[in-house]
Amino acid sequence: MELGEEILKMEGITKEYEMGEETSVVLKGIDLSVRRGEFLAVLGPSGSGKSTLMNIIGCLDVPTNGDYWLHGKLIADEDETELARIRSKEVGFIFQSFHLLQRQTAFQNVELPLIYANMSDKERRERAEEMLIKVGLEDRMYHYPNQLSGGQQQRVAIARAIATNPTILLADEPTGALDQKTGAQVMGLFHELNDEGRTIIMITHDAKIASHASRIVRILDGNISEGGLEDA
Amino acid sequence: MLNFAVIGQSLRMALQNIRANRMRSFLTMLGIIIGVGAVIGLVTIVEAVSGELMGEFSDLGAGTISIQTYQSIMKYGLTDKDLEVLRNVEGVEGLSPTVSLTTSSVVGKEVYEETNVEGKNTLYFEHNSNIILSGRAFNEQDMSGDAYVCIVDQSYVKNALLGKQVLGGQILLHGYRYTIIGIYKKSDNMMSMMSDDSTLAGTILVPYKNALNMTGNGVVNSLEVYVEDKADMTKVEERLRATMKNLYNENEDFFAVYNFSSLMDMVDSATSMMSGLLGGIASISLLVGGIGIMNMMLVSVSERTKEIGLRKALGATPGRIQIQFMIESIVLSLVGGFIGICLGEGIAVIAAKLMQTKFVLSGSAILLGFGFSAAVGIIFGWMPAKRASELNPIDALRAE
Repeated sequence: MELGEEILKMEGITKEYEMGEETSVVLKGIDLSVRRGEFLAVLGPSGSGKSTLMNIIGCLDVPTNGDYWLHGKLIADEDETELARIRSKEVGFIFQSFHLLQRQTAFQNVELPLIYANMSDKERRERAEEMLIKVGLEDRMYHYPNQLSGGQQQRVAIARAIATNPTILLADEPTGALDQKTGAQVMGLFHELNDEGRTIIMITHDAKIASHASRIVRILDGNISEGGLEDA
Repeated sequence: MLNFAVIGQSLRMALQNIRANRMRSFLTMLGIIIGVGAVIGLVTIVEAVSGELMGEFSDLGAGTISIQTYQSIMKYGLTDKDLEVLRNVEGVEGLSPTVSLTTSSVVGKEVYEETNVEGKNTLYFEHNSNIILSGRAFNEQDMSGDAYVCIVDQSYVKNALLGKQVLGGQILLHGYRYTIIGIYKKSDNMMSMMSDDSTLAGTILVPYKNALNMTGNGVVNSLEVYVEDKADMTKVEERLRATMKNLYNENEDFFAVYNFSSLMDMVDSATSMMSGLLGGIASISLLVGGIGIMNMMLVSVSERTKEIGLRKALGATPGRIQIQFMIESIVLSLVGGFIGICLGEGIAVIAAKLMQTKFVLSGSAILLGFGFSAAVGIIFGWMPAKRASELNPIDALRAE
């Protein structure tokens, strides 16, 4: 499908952590460009720096050096409140272990980011309902997470991630806690969302899951390289 | 910035958390419950008791000074002439002497050995206008000394006149036939409660001069002085005391002058001192309760680190996280405060029953209870909420 304008751009991103006397360098100059409508997989083993990269992409963290533009906005030296606003508008998170609030229904979980986005009551309810129907949970809306299967829980999490219509969907090992069959279903949903024009960035260590993406970058020891499946 | 959905959602979450951790929440709230309960209970009791005392004193008469004399060898009591001197003291509006004696009364053929007889003048009824239940009070004609009319109290009606004609009926006192012209309500103040005597048939009021004739010595041992509205009570009291001293040859041992409004002031200051003391106790127990809440909130924050991280990832600003936890702590302390108020009012109801006083629901105490518990929630919830809001979302999400 036709790709749109560049919506994410990284130039020379580094991330260092002070560990007492030592400084550990986790990211060593990442350059990355993502265009609207892309389905990108960031493939790398654990300890490669992919989680740190994800945190920076998701505006949970800021880089030590380098420039990061998200949706045309340079993300640098923002305070916590401003970062929260950017996350609310631009990023939808999907986690390996779903991270649903256990005491809230599926519906309430999907409502949560909409509350933080200051959406009106009526609009919020309609939107949450629409999202749950979209992921095929119209008859599970008022179930609690522990009444849902893993695949269903991940679908709730996906509905929650797309509710605010963010610029990018950021998925961290989205199938890591699922069996193969449900994992494949979730991937199917990702393809659907991508076909609608949503930009997806998926972090994984699993080359097979990465193969679902239309583009793969590899990350190893804090360095990034474009790489096709043939290298996996 | 702050919308109702956030508050509504926080409220819902707060109640869910309290319900999910019932035992822990209850123990946490116990400090607030006991603190608020104690304050409400004690304040209500103090208010009720002091209200009762004040009520009695004002029954006895605001704007009234009482003079009591004790018999001495020199002087049996106050004569008509003495009364005239007191009547002319500056600031005095009038006097109402009380002559009281216990004697026997006869109704029909029944003899009642112990009957209180009190002599009153017309001024007494002017100042105690609401005591006549039926019939009429004494008038000027009754005061001549040869009008044999009387007013009986309810217990005399009950004890001696049951089933008989009351108004217009006749009672034999000291050989004279008195016609009953009214029934009055005896004030059930502390003094009369203490001198409650079951052998007493009741009290009969007769014109003051008739009572003087019954006692035979022609003197008055007790009187009430009504002070002019605009006169200074304390100054009038001083002048009366000086006059009495003069009448008793500078000997202060044989009379007493009471000013009920100064007694009321005393009760008032005792009550406010008591309230201050209670306030002190209250602030200590609320401090303890507040620390309990802070502790529980800190535990809650560290237990829910992951939830906080998730909320932040979903776009919650630090301010919103802080508001959420503040609301939780306020709800916790308000629920505690509410239970405490119920407990305190319960204590007050039981205390009122035991002390046979009237239970008065004190609105200010309830408001105070709610205000205090809300304040505790805000003050002691602030630090844990701040800590929650400052959690790093990355670490928080990673926490297990």
